[in-house]
Amino acid sequence: MAPPPTAARPLRRAASVLHRRAGLRLALLLSAPMAWLVLAYLGSLAVLLLSAFWAVDDFTYDVERVWNTANFSTVLTEPVYRAIALRTLGIAVAVTVIDAVVAFPMAFYMARVARPRTRKLLVVAVLTPLWASYLVKAYAWRVIFSQGGVLDWLVGPLGLSSPGYGTTAVIVVLAYLWLPYMILPVYSGLENLPANLLDASADLGASAGRTFRSVVLPQVLPSVFAGSVFTFSLSLGDYVTVRIVGGKTQVLGTAIADNVTLNLPLAAALSCVPVVLIVGYLLAVRRTGALESL
Amino acid sequence: MKSDDSPPHPDRPAGAVRLEGLAKSFDGRVRAVDGVDLEIGEGEFFAMLGPSGSGKTTVLRMIAGFERPTAGRVLLGGVDVTALPPFDRDVNTVFQDYALFPHMTIEQNVGYGLMVRRVPKAERAERVRAALAMVRLEGFERRRPAQLSGGQRQRVALARALVNRPKVLLLDEPLGALDLKLRHEMQAELKRIQREVGITFVFVTHDQDEALTMSDRVAVFNAGRIEQVGSPAEVYEHPATAFVAGFVGTSNLLDGAAAEQVVGETGLFSVRPEKIRIAHPDDPAGPDELSATGRVAEVVYAGGHTRFLVDLEAGGRLTAVRQNLDEGSADVLRHRGTDVVLAWQRKHTVRVGP
Repeated sequence: MAPPPTAARPLRRAASVLHRRAGLRLALLLSAPMAWLVLAYLGSLAVLLLSAFWAVDDFTYDVERVWNTANFSTVLTEPVYRAIALRTLGIAVAVTVIDAVVAFPMAFYMARVARPRTRKLLVVAVLTPLWASYLVKAYAWRVIFSQGGVLDWLVGPLGLSSPGYGTTAVIVVLAYLWLPYMILPVYSGLENLPANLLDASADLGASAGRTFRSVVLPQVLPSVFAGSVFTFSLSLGDYVTVRIVGGKTQVLGTAIADNVTLNLPLAAALSCVPVVLIVGYLLAVRRTGALESL
Repeated sequence: MKSDDSPPHPDRPAGAVRLEGLAKSFDGRVRAVDGVDLEIGEGEFFAMLGPSGSGKTTVLRMIAGFERPTAGRVLLGGVDVTALPPFDRDVNTVFQDYALFPHMTIEQNVGYGLMVRRVPKAERAERVRAALAMVRLEGFERRRPAQLSGGQRQRVALARALVNRPKVLLLDEPLGALDLKLRHEMQAELKRIQREVGITFVFVTHDQDEALTMSDRVAVFNAGRIEQVGSPAEVYEHPATAFVAGFVGTSNLLDGAAAEQVVGETGLFSVRPEKIRIAHPDDPAGPDELSATGRVAEVVYAGGHTRFLVDLEAGGRLTAVRQNLDEGSADVLRHRGTDVVLAWQRKHTVRVGP
């Protein structure tokens, strides 16, 4: 091979400078993502935290930069906000539990029963809903839950009716929306489970149920927790779905949205609640070793 | 198939494992196992030897119950278990990569089979302790598999299987992942343990040395069938087929014109390299000896011994092995290109094909 034409020379010289200087290499590689992280992400978080300590003028609704902690005491002591926080937490927990229960058999079938071809199709099928618009899916559920809608028509013969718009609908729709985020980690956890561990368990006298309880579950639980990080935090912060199928249900998301125009500092203090809850949840989950399997 | 039909072992009652016409195809196409009949005696150390893909592991998995045979029967202690799941069979398996439960301690791993079978806690603890003592792993109870070396995991896998006192212990290439030194150690260890517990060991390996040194009898597998069953000496000294001659030991075959000239018969013959004496061209062969003239094509110095690859005048190539009694590498390498006579006793010429 002939040496590259002279036009490539400056590039080569730059490359050799980079080759010698590891620090420069690292700086070039990371400067863009670091700038993005620090300015856009940590910066906005800092502004949020800061504004939570400001106040609002009672008459003009203008934000006054007066240092105070009144917003936090409102959030913590006002029964309305406490009820809203607890309801949001309850919804997030319910969604997570439903997703875990629904995802496990599905993921088990995909990882250990289905043939490789079927498995690929199923992975695509699980992923497809993620490509569809979130709003479209939420509105589709609105139609399903509506009075005289699909659900009414389905359960009507059983003497039941649609629960209508409210907390139940919110839980159902959120569980539906976040299900892929639970299936995928659990699927990958089950797929990574060596087949001969199941053989070994059977060989040592364990029935399928015992093998599931003693070998499969303990080893896939971290994957379930990994999935729960998504379902839990996404549910905690959701506000669009609640607006569409929640009826009069108030959650942290809607409470924040309602306050943004009238009382920005209070909204900021309110949004610290899901942040604290999620950090607490992550700390708890970390103890299970789940974060290593993300 | 050319397996010998002699009884399993003269001084042992037959019937720990019996395979009748066992066959297995995967996805209805590949015949992984193609009609295997075998009887393994009580208390035998039995090796299933063959190259990868020869079906030996599949046979083992059918004895354990992990695979359902496409045809044929598996009998354990005279009872047909073909349709039984693994957890209803009185056998235990030592897996190739040990398959220890990573989330359990060594104690819990070894005690798993007893816990599942609801053996009372006190008895369980005592048996786990005894099993760990047998494999010399006292004091490791509270550790986890990830904290052990390969050889130690191997011992745990052995203890986990033996603690259940199965009728038959199945071992799937149990030493394959160990380095050479450790492997030799574990070979001796396995022999000792087998003598101590007196359980039938069925052992899958692709390593002919392992099969020859450890087992009472060997079955040589090739392409889903058994080529020969016999004691290590039978299989080595009297290979029934060219495949056995080549797989167990060095392939050293005479056929066609070479066979006619050297042996005086048509057919395919095998001679073991260490049976061949390398003589000076003027040396006469003994009265019971066969001999062939040739030229040393290659000399392979291997420390303790040297291999001479000799091209025969009659065609073909034979390998002869000589101990390096008083020659160093420089001395033996000088033999390259010299004319020699290879001589060996007639009884060491074994017919392995028509």
